[in-house]
Amino acid sequence: MKAENSHIVKAGRRDFVRQLGTLVVGFPILSWNNPGEVIQDLKLPGSLSRHPSLDAWLEILEDNRIRVFTGKIELGQGISTVIRQVAAEELFADIEQVEVVVADTGRTPNEGYTAGSGSVKGSAMSVRYAAAFARKKLCELAAAKLGLSDDQLILQGGVVSHKSSGKQIGISEILNGQQLKTEIELPVDLVSQENYRYVGTDVRHKAMESIVAGKPWFVQDLFFDGMLHARVLRPTTFGQILPDLKPEDGKGFPLEVEVRRHGNLLAFVSEHEYQVVKAYNRVRSMISIPDSGTSHGDLRDRMAKFETENEGQLSPLENLDEQDLTWVEGSFYKPYVMHGAIGPACGVAHYDGTELTIWTHSQGVYPFRSAVSAMLDLDEENIRVIGVPGSGCFGHNSSDDAAADAAVLALLYPGKHIRVQWMREQEHAGEPYGSAMRMDVRAGLRGDGTVATWQAGIWTDSHSTRPNSDAGTLLTARHLPKPKPMSGRGYLRGGVRNAEPYYHVGMTEIQAHFFEGKQRVSSLRSLGAYANAFAIESVMDEMSMLAGMDPLDFRIKNLSDKRAIAVLEKLKATTDGMQLNDDEGLGFAFCRYKNNDAYCAVAARVKVDNHGQVEVEELWAVLDAGEVMNPDGLINQTEGGMIQAASWTLMEQVTFTSEMTTSRNWGTYPILRCPDVPMVHVDLIRPAGVPPLGGGEAATPPTPAAITNAVFRVTGKRIYDLPIGTVSLDG
Amino acid sequence: MALITIRVNGESHQFEEDQEVPLLYVLRNRLRLTGPKFGCGLGQCGSCKVLVGDVAQFSCLVPVGSVVNQEITTIEGLQSDTGEWHPVQQAFMEEQAAQCGYCTGGMIISAVALLRKNNQPEDAEIREALNGNLCRCGSQARVIKAIDRAAKADK
Ligand code: FES
Ligand code: FES
Repeated sequence: MKAENSHIVKAGRRDFVRQLGTLVVGFPILSWNNPGEVIQDLKLPGSLSRHPSLDAWLEILEDNRIRVFTGKIELGQGISTVIRQVAAEELFADIEQVEVVVADTGRTPNEGYTAGSGSVKGSAMSVRYAAAFARKKLCELAAAKLGLSDDQLILQGGVVSHKSSGKQIGISEILNGQQLKTEIELPVDLVSQENYRYVGTDVRHKAMESIVAGKPWFVQDLFFDGMLHARVLRPTTFGQILPDLKPEDGKGFPLEVEVRRHGNLLAFVSEHEYQVVKAYNRVRSMISIPDSGTSHGDLRDRMAKFETENEGQLSPLENLDEQDLTWVEGSFYKPYVMHGAIGPACGVAHYDGTELTIWTHSQGVYPFRSAVSAMLDLDEENIRVIGVPGSGCFGHNSSDDAAADAAVLALLYPGKHIRVQWMREQEHAGEPYGSAMRMDVRAGLRGDGTVATWQAGIWTDSHSTRPNSDAGTLLTARHLPKPKPMSGRGYLRGGVRNAEPYYHVGMTEIQAHFFEGKQRVSSLRSLGAYANAFAIESVMDEMSMLAGMDPLDFRIKNLSDKRAIAVLEKLKATTDGMQLNDDEGLGFAFCRYKNNDAYCAVAARVKVDNHGQVEVEELWAVLDAGEVMNPDGLINQTEGGMIQAASWTLMEQVTFTSEMTTSRNWGTYPILRCPDVPMVHVDLIRPAGVPPLGGGEAATPPTPAAITNAVFRVTGKRIYDLPIGTVSLDG
Repeated sequence: MALITIRVNGESHQFEEDQEVPLLYVLRNRLRLTGPKFGCGLGQCGSCKVLVGDVAQFSCLVPVGSVVNQEITTIEGLQSDTGEWHPVQQAFMEEQAAQCGYCTGGMIISAVALLRKNNQPEDAEIREALNGNLCRCGSQARVIKAIDRAAKADK
């Protein structure tokens, strides 16, 4: 059983940088006065620096088409479309001539995880440079082959032509069927913005046709001849050991199903999927669940008690020589929240006696392979992991675990394809959640409406326990005959993501307290930024009222970054003069994601009825994510980010007792349904000549405070604890 | 086990099966129609929806024995014989009304059922028709627009 305890990092502003500096590489502190990212001409972008060989990124096919490789997986963020756009752009090809191969340890470069809004910056930029370099090389080789000078040659649609003579040669012929194996070198000559044909336009996602036609597309849809279906029962309470099955338990048990006890796992295997489900349900129903009262309710208090001393109290900053400040204080809380993929995790595996092949929706095929290798004591070279699209998960969920289950069973059933899908209850109660967090803020406001000081105490569990060379990052490994528990704590700094306000603040102190709860936790869309921005933007709202200022003007006054100001001004123009009924309110919030990524301001129009029921009617986002490859794709993700965050904010909270998680299906952990989904609007600001900033998660952090600030405008009630649920209107 | 005949997307299929097996498993594993998805098996999410006659139903809850001789349509059966898209499918593509797409088939089936009985639905009627369909990616706003577009295109 996991003990609850805490690890404290306490520091003033300077120390904070230094201490986290040992924990963190490049924590974006002080970034508020940084004008933005500078294009690094001296360094290859993203993953290219680690994989500089051209053939790692693209291949020229016999018919002059181009095959591009990306180590990122398609998560519904549209990365394969963006990759096609940039490759076609730089190679002067038709977009239909470009195909993309995603995440496969047998074929694509190792690009780590697909996470943190990093796909465009990491992978698409790498492909862009690789394709531009390939263009240059192809023209040089064509010139040599044709005996002409390369300034007379034009590349278009996979064919190089000579201007005056009209001589032509296909790119495949230039290479004699070989590939470009040279290392990419700088400088590369990128297509300039005014010549773009595809980049920056709304190219449709190819996947849409398969999806609306209902064609097999997901890992859940894979099918192989003779494939066996499996369900794997594992402990349903914290620290439980599964009971042994007795012969009489087999009564009414489907005959075709084989049951195998493997450590603390019970596998049901058969060619007939429904029989497997039936057997699973039967055994599952025999395990009684202790009823021991709720324990999620007082977590916010328990969290802060894991203190060695009284360090959780924020005392007035030493050396603060300013007087006459107005203080705003608040203790904010965000519960555990689920990824809640609509399709429970699924994985397929096959072992031929030497090589293990795994099909998975893991967000990182290479790190997942290391974890499986450590779990099974099998050489990495003998494991191939193939990424297949899955149900939208927005972080590290159970996808890796289901595939690990399949891998374990594949070794027990050599020569067979094994398909494991989790049950809904397993997905709800067994996935790693986004950590609960508590944020205590104390901020001082000057009489002129500027923020003098900001102190925050933050309590958080880990924000990433993604698979890596530690076998215990896979749930499966912890339940094997020889259990391999997880050794580390994972990635803790996710809890301080956006903990520091992006505003100009005279003096800032952040204390981060790392607490370890019983719940399994890992990365969920925007990590701690969602909770931190909720606290910061609630306090900013409070202060704007004390300053007697318009909430947007107040924020603008405390910002110096022009791009940040621009998104707020645009939001102001959009919402100015809006007519509201008495039961409606408008709220605002702003966040620059990770304090160095995309800028996003959100407005919420909210209605609260006289029972305290909150309805989010409409949400607006203004987003500056730098250069945008596919505007409609980014708008789609931003709309989705706001709707998802609205659902978290209004109603989502993992519930549990001291024994087990009680959120076990969509009835006990509901999410927003269509009748309650707000209307959403997204405006992109696209400044010229700036690099892309990760944008897919940027709308998540500002959404909660936009909603709760709107609730405050209607009811005068400040929401400190999420989810909002029903607002108490007494008093 | 019983000899069961069902009609799916205009074709008859006959096989030995337990009557109680949910239609979803028959469609996906026996007929290899993977458009309907397993999401919860509890009638809570709608990713398994198919049309039985003109009504959208949760195929995870419908025993195969209860739909013999009824006309079942899965998302794979919506395109015309000549391969033309159904107006709802067309509208979903035009609005790019999906992200991961796992819920999309069920959403489209709910929409088709709605438009068959009400070809000019109000916004609230569209939303209500989708009440049984969950989406985690937040595609609902686009889905609602797509259905509105399909209704207008169909007039
Ligand atoms: S799978 Fe049928 S409603 Fe969820
Ligand atoms: S588009 Fe992913 S669940 Fe709906």
